Amino acid sequence: MAEFRLPKNSKVGTGKTHKAPAGTKKVRSFKIYRYDPDSGENPRMDTYEIDLAECGPMVLDALIKIKNEIDTGLTFRRSCREGVCGSCSMNIGGANTLACLKAIDDVPGEIAIYPLPHLPVVKDLVGDLTHIYAQYQSIQPWLQTETPAPDRERLQSEAERAKLDGLWECILCFCCTTACPSYWWQGERYLGPAVLLQAARWLEDSRDEKTGERLDQLEDPFKLYRCHTIMNCTNTCPKGLNPAKAIGDIKQKMVERR
Amino acid sequence: MIQAERPLSPHLQIYKWPLAMATSILHRATGIALAVGTVFLVWWLVAAAMGEQAYAQAQWFFGSWLGVIFLFGWCFSFFYHLCNGIRHLVWDAGYGFEKPDAYRNSVVVIAAAVILTVVAFAAGMMARG
Repeated sequence: MAEFRLPKNSKVGTGKTHKAPAGTKKVRSFKIYRYDPDSGENPRMDTYEIDLAECGPMVLDALIKIKNEIDTGLTFRRSCREGVCGSCSMNIGGANTLACLKAIDDVPGEIAIYPLPHLPVVKDLVGDLTHIYAQYQSIQPWLQTETPAPDRERLQSEAERAKLDGLWECILCFCCTTACPSYWWQGERYLGPAVLLQAARWLEDSRDEKTGERLDQLEDPFKLYRCHTIMNCTNTCPKGLNPAKAIGDIKQKMVERR
Repeated sequence: MIQAERPLSPHLQIYKWPLAMATSILHRATGIALAVGTVFLVWWLVAAAMGEQAYAQAQWFFGSWLGVIFLFGWCFSFFYHLCNGIRHLVWDAGYGFEKPDAYRNSVVVIAAAVILTVVAFAAGMMARG
């Protein structure tokens, strides 16, 4: 049964406010989710006022500025700062996205930043992705063949290769999976949009020879069919991919093979 | 160090609803409303079979302002669930998955349901006289 409310230890309180120094001209305020596992206290929202004249354009720039100059304890994942590593995925202004690709000016009002929704929080903006990674592993995301390996590469036609477009670009940031209400309520058994998009990527691959087994594995009331086409995944994907369509394609493949 | 149980990050509390998400939840809500409404339909049919007095009682309820509001809600639930069900069929056929589609077909479904409800209800009220 879906639990719509937060458990007692997860209720978010009000935290500290770090005011901008007097005389700052371009002030913008960031409200950031903080949780310190060592304190034993509930999570809280800390407010940081930042001078945008002294800050880069993206939300990630603001987070790095806060960590460097105001509060070194602030914890978040980041690496490439250009939308290819998928580390800095978080909930900004009510939608999941990558902090490095989200311009500060594109978020109206006070900027609220939370970890990805409905995950166990390790610290601050860092959610625990262990379960999602295990689900990813469960679909066996690698090329599987039965025919003996040829002397050279396994070739694909241009048309066959084109089928992978829109699937291979996924960076596994899990913005989509953690935006999905179905995944919030059934995530233990439903694989979620990101993992299903990857399942579709291996089903579409002309070189893969385990299509039947892959479909067998997904033929399950929970793993695949908890998708109700809510479309939050497609609406939120920072790479502009379409997990909802990929899942629709898998459902069609299920029907076609009967 | 003893690790306290990790908190769950906020979800429904903070997520900004895209229109398509609202239409999905409304689909489920109207589905439940239809099931509840069916119980009332059964009551009406049973009352009709039981005789004049029971039927008059049921008729009185459906004619009262509460009954009319209830019927209007049921009527909307029916048309909304129907229109959104057709949308699901279109999805199952592989169409309407692009991001702009998600918004556009949400609007179409809501508009169609409202128009059909108003037309059907007005026709019903006129037939009743």
